[in-house]
Amino acid sequence: MSNPRPKLVMIGNGMAGMRAVEEILSRDADAFDISVYGAEPAVNYNRIMLSPVLAGEKRFDEIILNDRDWYDRNGVTLHAGVRVATIDRNAKCVVPADGQPEAYDRLIIATGSEPFVIPVPGRDLDGVRTFRDMDDVNAMLEATNRYRNAVVIGGGLLGLEAASGLRQRGMTVTVVHLMDVLMERQLDEAAGFLLKRELEGRGITVLTGANTKELLGNGRVGAVRLEDGREIPAELVVMAAGIRPSTALARDAGLEVERGIVVDDHLRTSDPHISAVGECVQHRGQTYGLVAPLFEMGKVLADQLTGHADTVYEGSVANTKLKVSGVDVFSLGDFAGGGDTEDIVFRDAARGVYKRVVLQDDRVRGAVLYGDTADGAWYVQLLKDGTDISSYRDTLIFGRACTEGRPRDPRAAVADLADEAEICGCNGVCKGEIVSAIAAKGLSSVQEVRTHTKASSSCGSCTGLVEQLLSLTLGGDYAPAEVQSMCGCTGHGHDDVRRLIVAKGLTSIPEVMQELEWTTATGCPSCRPALNYYLLCANPGTYRDDAQSRFINERAHANIQKNGTYSVVPRMWGGLTNAAELRAIADVVDKFAIPTVKVTGGQRIDLLGVRKEDLPAVWADLSQAGLVSGHAYGKAVRTVKTCVGQEWCRFGTQRSMDMGVQIEKLCWGSWTPHKVKMAVSGCPRNCAEATIKDFGVVAVDSGWELHVGGNGGITVRVTDLLCKVETQEEVLEYCGAFLQLYREHARYLERTAPWVERVGLEFVKARIVEDADSRRALFTRFLESQEHAQTDPWRQRAEDDVDAHEFTPLAVVA
Amino acid sequence: MITWIPVGHVDDIPRLGARVVKSPGGDIAVFRTEGDEIFALYDRCPHQGGPLSQGIVHGKAVACPLHNWTIDLTTGGVVGPDEGCTRVVPVTVTDGRIAIALDVEAEATGTDG
Repeated sequence: MSNPRPKLVMIGNGMAGMRAVEEILSRDADAFDISVYGAEPAVNYNRIMLSPVLAGEKRFDEIILNDRDWYDRNGVTLHAGVRVATIDRNAKCVVPADGQPEAYDRLIIATGSEPFVIPVPGRDLDGVRTFRDMDDVNAMLEATNRYRNAVVIGGGLLGLEAASGLRQRGMTVTVVHLMDVLMERQLDEAAGFLLKRELEGRGITVLTGANTKELLGNGRVGAVRLEDGREIPAELVVMAAGIRPSTALARDAGLEVERGIVVDDHLRTSDPHISAVGECVQHRGQTYGLVAPLFEMGKVLADQLTGHADTVYEGSVANTKLKVSGVDVFSLGDFAGGGDTEDIVFRDAARGVYKRVVLQDDRVRGAVLYGDTADGAWYVQLLKDGTDISSYRDTLIFGRACTEGRPRDPRAAVADLADEAEICGCNGVCKGEIVSAIAAKGLSSVQEVRTHTKASSSCGSCTGLVEQLLSLTLGGDYAPAEVQSMCGCTGHGHDDVRRLIVAKGLTSIPEVMQELEWTTATGCPSCRPALNYYLLCANPGTYRDDAQSRFINERAHANIQKNGTYSVVPRMWGGLTNAAELRAIADVVDKFAIPTVKVTGGQRIDLLGVRKEDLPAVWADLSQAGLVSGHAYGKAVRTVKTCVGQEWCRFGTQRSMDMGVQIEKLCWGSWTPHKVKMAVSGCPRNCAEATIKDFGVVAVDSGWELHVGGNGGITVRVTDLLCKVETQEEVLEYCGAFLQLYREHARYLERTAPWVERVGLEFVKARIVEDADSRRALFTRFLESQEHAQTDPWRQRAEDDVDAHEFTPLAVVA
Repeated sequence: MITWIPVGHVDDIPRLGARVVKSPGGDIAVFRTEGDEIFALYDRCPHQGGPLSQGIVHGKAVACPLHNWTIDLTTGGVVGPDEGCTRVVPVTVTDGRIAIALDVEAEATGTDG
């Protein structure tokens, strides 16, 4: 680089200054050589999150925005804990209180603001603090350990957050507020009243219209005396009576300063080499104490300094949210009312909701929301855009969802459920029990619901629904964890959809899409097959399978190949065949000129390259020899691989071929979340490789070991040992029960291996091994389902012309 | 010469499904949507020639059965990040009877397949 880069000095290591630096770096990382001076020794942290730190909801390290490493990585020099004493505009340099002067080409002042300490006697006593930085928070936290009484002077945003935090830390807290309405700059009387009542309900004493006269104490503060003579004990006094832009440095440097450092729309001060951002500035007569405007200024300034001089700052619309957990308060713009403004007001006393939107010329000018702030951002947008709302004025107050007719709250499906609808299938817990437990016992987390009701405590698949019930019952107090939605057509996850199908008794894909508010008309290739399976599993025997929602292989009962032909794999029970079957296969191969015959890994024979139109005829010939579909094409029970076992092998301990045939006869035809492969080995030498199957049986001298959750695919997973049983009957019962558990609980396209890992082997054992009633119930349900599943689809198509349209052209053009 | 050729009735095709018309120039897939609209495309995915007639129909699109590319039935174009286009065959429906427009001579000689 021929010329050194221009030097940019930033005074202030707070949110506004550092956001501006980040914005500059993101536009042009090499534009400046950057130095930052911060009076606080700490790195840059999120000052607005000090309240949650005070309340014990966050730790300091969680609110750090830029750690030391960030400064190093970005080549930004940080002088932490170094206060700039003067700015020498003639020499274009800054002079630290102790240190070398540093020259600048561009200077940015982001000194922020200072808390306003009301000038009353006793303000210098120990135990009198402001609420501005981490030092203040540490001092308050120390006081909470040693003292009992706190007074917060000032019932604005900051004061109330401090009061709430100190109360949560166990102190007796009184708020002393000069005005009649709390947060009078942000709230109107009605919302202020609701807020006061809420805080009093939390054990905070609120004195409005109260003027502090002096602070009493000897060394440390002991009480606050009001003008009317009342004395309130206080070993901690927090001054939160407002902030003042921090302007001394700028004033001393001769810059134009009124209430704040005066800047133009380019955020330039009266010296063109010096800009200012954040709470220290005064722009078009306004000063700002909220974070959003600071960020907007940062962007404009960064544009200016990196050569996009045409963007300008035109002021911000202030909107506020109170960060007191469980209190939803939102305010926006001008809500004083009067003149030619109009109010729309909505109240719901039972829910403690108050909403007021202020209009002027059919445009939003301001809003106050209490108890339900979900639409705050929407009103901000309407105000910013100056949107004419006359066409939906009727519904404006009810919010965006109502007005724009967007899909309802995703929780609506759960809200609509009857009280007796079952939420947790594992433990048989219905909606009413959960809701009343949340309300009666004051439960506020999934874990608490689990402890008190057992819902969601087993497989966890209803966790999403429990979260929604918490959210519905607790309102804004509860933020549900993110659930991975099934696909782009819905916000519901797989588990929620399955549970809701059962709870609401849904019986068809269009019904699911309607009731659960799918956002697409006919779903997509991801959700349709999943829904088809879930409905089939939930309604065995009555569900009308939707062929058009199945992948082509399951629709055509053969495997599509890369050239559009199909492959045909007849079932060979336990891997056994005979001369008649082999002869039939050989004849079919000749007759239809099938190009490839392959022995599969599942101990059967694959006929590859069959034309689709030939499939029914091929199947007809195979059926003649007693061969049926091997379901090699489906999310279904595939094969049961065996070794020759005791029947022939000199090491065999049990009749593994016979066991395999019996298992396959029991399970064939079952549709499952994903393919299922099984095996039976006749001794621990395990020649059938049973320990990498979904369900594997290994014979030992005294009986059979049952293994589950194995996989030989991309990620090889060895099975977990489920248990050992003695008889063939037990093997069959455990096998059917395991398959049914998998069928009812796994997500579509989830193999048993990841499923067992997700729900845990203990979950499976608890239902299959440790609880005989549960095992028998599962097995019974499996048998019921099998009654409707064990029809050979090949024979139906070969002899009964089922789905004939699938295998014949619509027309042939000569 | 373009000829309108009757190929069957709307009810011959399952809703959200497709059937194939065999022609000298190659298979043509005729699709039926949920709203009973009919579309026709050459039955070859622009990706690797997969038979689109075998895919899952959703909305006005079909997912190729080989690699799940999604083809817009109205344009034959690929939806999403991939690129390509399948030829559209003009189609009309009169009283439920479907006809497609083919250039029979070109089809027969394979000059425009």
